[in-house]
Amino acid sequence: MRTIDLQDAVSMIPAGATLMVGGFMGVGTPEPLVDELVRQQKGDLTVIANDTAAPGTGIGKLITAKLLRRVIVSHIGLNPETQQQMLAGSLQVDLVPQGTLAERIRAGGFGLGGILTATGIGTVAEEGKQKIAVDGRDYLLEPALRADFALVHAFIADYLGNLSYVLTARNFNPLMAMAADIVIVQAENIVPIGVVSPDHVMTPAPVVDYLIAKG
Amino acid sequence: MDAQSLIAKRIAQELRNGMLVNLGIGVPTLVANFVPKNTHVFFQSENGLIGTGPVPEPGMALPWLTDAGGKPVTALPGASTFDSAMSFGLIRGGHLDLTVLGGLQVDQHGRLANWMVPGKMVPGMGGAMDLVAGAKRVIVAMHHTAKGRSKIVRECSLPLTSDRPVDLVVTELAVIGFPDGRATLLETQNGVTVEEVVAATEAELTISPELSKSITSMAASGAVETPSTGEAI
Repeated sequence: MRTIDLQDAVSMIPAGATLMVGGFMGVGTPEPLVDELVRQQKGDLTVIANDTAAPGTGIGKLITAKLLRRVIVSHIGLNPETQQQMLAGSLQVDLVPQGTLAERIRAGGFGLGGILTATGIGTVAEEGKQKIAVDGRDYLLEPALRADFALVHAFIADYLGNLSYVLTARNFNPLMAMAADIVIVQAENIVPIGVVSPDHVMTPAPVVDYLIAKG
Repeated sequence: MDAQSLIAKRIAQELRNGMLVNLGIGVPTLVANFVPKNTHVFFQSENGLIGTGPVPEPGMALPWLTDAGGKPVTALPGASTFDSAMSFGLIRGGHLDLTVLGGLQVDQHGRLANWMVPGKMVPGMGGAMDLVAGAKRVIVAMHHTAKGRSKIVRECSLPLTSDRPVDLVVTELAVIGFPDGRATLLETQNGVTVEEVVAATEAELTISPELSKSITSMAASGAVETPSTGEAI
């Protein structure tokens, strides 16, 4: 793990990259990284995330700045701008059931080709997907998801990059920290090694590539 | 009592000690206001919390503790938090005893449509498809009609949330179940007649034998007219 300035971290991300961005309705989204993406006008991005938040919050800022080409999300209902861009044809929106999205990301980070789930059977979510019967029950084969970069929000990072999350800001963050080629973490607190006890480390340091330096 | 509270209060009677329960947004959220005394249930919020507490006092909101709609909540003593894979593992893995969800339409076999209106409202399914596919019991809380049209229909015109039928639909008029895959009127709300429910329902509705019996005995005492018993209307 290396510490890095916010500006340099975002400079690494090329236009057209695929990003996983932690957060649930903006809670647990690394806002400084989002703000810097907007400042550097990184465009043509694909974002994998739970939702597109609301205008002015989290991923909603990327939508407003028209930096996204495609989103793979479970929910866009609180962001009318996402719907407008989708209807205008400038934004591709792939809707995925939330539990399926979480597991596809987990699979991507855990070395699995995909997962089998009964969620979506008999609905439009099954269109174009392979069905597999196991012990007499039908499941959809849902392929793993990976990204070029994961933008992760943590509550605490120690100097090595061991992470712990807080309350409902955890959500997709630990899953995404496993599922991208380069993992960039913005932590609310950076603490000496040992402050986070081994049992409370939720993401082990070796998977973290960059930690945004404070101030 | 207003229609929404009436629905929520009736659903709260389905709660049992120790249940893990997930409430959707809207009317389902109100169920938490009517938990019977001496009944303790765990409320799950799918953004990663069991033990969701009330809205915090003014000035006490924490930006990292919210419900699934992103609104600040508190955590009750004994609460737990977890990531989204665990949250949906609880939902799909047979650990969630009950989910209460809003509905746009339910067909006469109990299949729910509640996540989009093509061309008009495309919010995304969020956790709804996982909840219906995975919860042990699914109750739909909704108004019986919208703009004068029945929401309990022969066939859903809107995209389904799951092909798994729901267990119960509770409206301001009635409680409807789906034994043997047939919409069956189990109860009417206070002051509502069977005829009123049937008239407000597009789906073919079977009247539960228990309900017919109680109505017949009331009719014998001159309280109500006798409907046809135990047959589809």
